Amino acid sequence: MIIKVLGPGCANCRNLEKATRQALADLGLDATLEKVTDYPTIAGYGVMSTPALVVDERVLLSGRVPKAEEVRALLTTAAV
Amino acid sequence: MSVAAHLPVTRRGRVLGSVAAGAVWLAAYQLNEHLWGWLLFDTLGLDPASRLGQSVHFFVYDTVKIGLLLVLVIFVVTFLRSFMSVERTRALLGGRREGVGNVLAAGLGVVTPFCSCSAVPAFIGFVAAGVPLGVTFSFLIASPMVNEVAIGLLLTLFGWEVTVVYVGAGLLVATTAGWVIGRLRLERWVEPFVFETRLHGEVVDPAAGLTFEDRVSLSAAEVGTVLRRIWPYLLVGIGVGALIHGWVPTDFFTTYAGPGSAFGVLVAVVVAVPLYSNAAGVMPMVQALYDKGLPMGTLLAFMMAVVALSLPELILLRRVLKPPLLAVFVGVVAGGIVAVGYLFNALLAA
Repeated sequence: MIIKVLGPGCANCRNLEKATRQALADLGLDATLEKVTDYPTIAGYGVMSTPALVVDERVLLSGRVPKAEEVRALLTTAAV
Repeated sequence: MSVAAHLPVTRRGRVLGSVAAGAVWLAAYQLNEHLWGWLLFDTLGLDPASRLGQSVHFFVYDTVKIGLLLVLVIFVVTFLRSFMSVERTRALLGGRREGVGNVLAAGLGVVTPFCSCSAVPAFIGFVAAGVPLGVTFSFLIASPMVNEVAIGLLLTLFGWEVTVVYVGAGLLVATTAGWVIGRLRLERWVEPFVFETRLHGEVVDPAAGLTFEDRVSLSAAEVGTVLRRIWPYLLVGIGVGALIHGWVPTDFFTTYAGPGSAFGVLVAVVVAVPLYSNAAGVMPMVQALYDKGLPMGTLLAFMMAVVALSLPELILLRRVLKPPLLAVFVGVVAGGIVAVGYLFNALLAA
């Protein structure tokens, strides 16, 4: 599973990354986590509100920072 | 947050819960109105007529009052805005003609939740979806100007009439400036990659599928985030305001920058741009300046310029706008703000 956190580096983006790492650790999933800060790439995903969570090239969430439980739920569904 | 787990689930429960929360807030507000006079002057013996007494009272009273109002406004506005998103705004604006599109974009800028870190992806997203450049600008000008911190502070410090005027003026500047920039046909000065971006993702709408608990929880989180971010600016602003309140002679500014002054508004806007501040740092100061005679039109122009032409925002926009377009943007928006400032000085003096 390739996970990307999209965002230019503001507090929200860092919080999403933290929540995602936490969720990955909780689930014990094997995945690579990448931070994408390049604007053209971010926009290419159709994302207009950062931060955004992309798993295997699909945008799962954008525009807010979810709690770790929600990220866990999203990742579990995506891992199936 | 475990708070979400304890929220009422029935409609009646939610209404009652909201009313109860409102009552608690109102009680705290009323307490603040009376507490400091009693504590500082009656109990601790500070002299209410002294400069120190006035400054200290101003500082504590205003800090709590602003804090309470900000909590209320940020929570309510974020909650209401959670029904809206930049993605929905784009859908509403795509293909609109200029003119009508500018007005709509400015209005949507007010109600759409917008973080300045998203300014660049939002800009790219709008343009790539076919929203005209000028219409996109109307949105980008209105959004930061009419932010909930600014509204909350204006309500606290000046009351709702000034707040309405500020919002109206902000919308006017956003609509007109956006329209003017659109008419100038400056697409060649947008960084090329913006037009070349191919949107190959599915649009995910942050506003879709949120439950009541989600909305309460994200609104509460936003209150925390914003307050944590602005509290140093707020304290500095209130501190400077307190000093002005206590130590600058009354009507000081009427002599030098009163309603008849030709340069007051211009100076205010020029000073505002490099001021690395935000609404929170500036408005408490603005109230004290107003009490010392600076006219409201000048102050409105100053406040608008601080939020609409902030240096951090301009640096962000440089990623998508080439310098000539950035310069035109600053010039047109500044021009609009200056015009609004002079207009209101004239109207209020009449």
